[in-house]
Amino acid sequence: MAEEEVKLFGTWASPFSRRIEVALKLKGVQYEYIEENLTNKSPALLNYNPVHKQIPVLVHNGKPVAESFVIMEYVDETWKHNPILPTDPYEKAMARFWAKYIDDKLWPAAKKVVMTKGEEQKGVIDEIQQQMKNLEGELKEKKFFGGESLGFLDIAANIIIWLVVAQEALGMDPILNEEKLPVLHGWLQRLLDDAVFKECVPPKQRHLDFSKVKFGSSIASK
Amino acid sequence: MASGSVADQEGQVMLLGFWFSAFVKRVEWALKLKGIEYDYVEEDLTNKSTLLLTSNPIHKKVPVLIHNGNPIAESLVIIEYIDETWKQNPILPQDPYERAMARFWANFIEEKVTEPTGEALVSQGEQQEKKVKELKEAMEVVEGEAKAKLNKKTLFFGGGNGVGYVDIVLGWTCNWMESIEEVGGFKVLDPESQPQFHKWMANVREVPFIKTTLEPKEKLVEFFRMVRQDRLGLVANK
Repeated sequence: MAEEEVKLFGTWASPFSRRIEVALKLKGVQYEYIEENLTNKSPALLNYNPVHKQIPVLVHNGKPVAESFVIMEYVDETWKHNPILPTDPYEKAMARFWAKYIDDKLWPAAKKVVMTKGEEQKGVIDEIQQQMKNLEGELKEKKFFGGESLGFLDIAANIIIWLVVAQEALGMDPILNEEKLPVLHGWLQRLLDDAVFKECVPPKQRHLDFSKVKFGSSIASK
Repeated sequence: MASGSVADQEGQVMLLGFWFSAFVKRVEWALKLKGIEYDYVEEDLTNKSTLLLTSNPIHKKVPVLIHNGNPIAESLVIIEYIDETWKQNPILPQDPYERAMARFWANFIEEKVTEPTGEALVSQGEQQEKKVKELKEAMEVVEGEAKAKLNKKTLFFGGGNGVGYVDIVLGWTCNWMESIEEVGGFKVLDPESQPQFHKWMANVREVPFIKTTLEPKEKLVEFFRMVRQDRLGLVANK
């Protein structure tokens, strides 16, 4: 068997590099993790991702891949067991559509909600509530977006955890509450209970402290 | 996404689009490359059909591909679906690493070229200057890639003589960019500093199934002028 060298450049608080950790662990791929300091990026990172100079970057046998969804698809196509994406082309298209929705719509709104206040913040909260309702429409009765086991879209939706933690850190009423969004709320509990996934979230207290510092000094708060 | 409410016709391929949309044309190029028969439905921007609104309730936008009654939205998602459903004339490479590179560049193009161009069209002053600066920087990267990948034997990013994923994603520049520049009053295309990119654009324009779909410049300019005036008019009235 050929020697496999897999490296992952990431940061402990980034949902994007955490996504790759989930994917690699689901596949049982051995990898070396390199924690980057984004205020002092390593020459290796700058060499492997000269275009964006960002994490995550996966380096497989010396060849770099950047952008979290691109990396996830690469991992899925390179290590074929325990598929992350559905095999049916239509199901695959749905997973990609909703993953894009999460990064294009939900993530920017989540970042905005902790940086705004008053009427503007209310507007963003309504937006996020609707986005989450839309996601519930995709999840329906399933245990995970991926079905019986978690898949591409569950991993992509990890950013919801970052929103939940940020809101908790700021003492905000959580948007994702059991009353208003029971389906998604249930899914989140199952996700956080999953043996593989739970290894790939930042330690709660450290994450709360980090969020408090990052967003607490902004104009947002109750 | 809608299901059950869309007409279910085994094997039928329908594409909902607008004539001026580069995103729609991309999907047409993918379908034509594969030789897939499809019904094209021209939507009215000011009066979107029930079919469109039920097929893409989330974004209410074109393109939407409807295959066997199943709707798919988002041009890049649609193109990958087409590639995986019809195996002839592959659009993406076969090798996982090459596929990752193609997807990486497609994302770069969308984020750094396509989106800022749309934003530059409907902005002015400092805001527009910022977008144009972003675009010029992105085009340097694109020219760099073109220099690295293309030559007399390799005309397209897809390799060799045939267009591939990256060509289809970037291809809109060969026709729409000039019109948008004219309407927006800015310049990003520069044959002197982008010689390889300009060679590539010329080659894209000549691809038979692309050539027949390109809209005349005057028609695009007229349309985009209306879009710009509409958008800036709204802002001024606030």
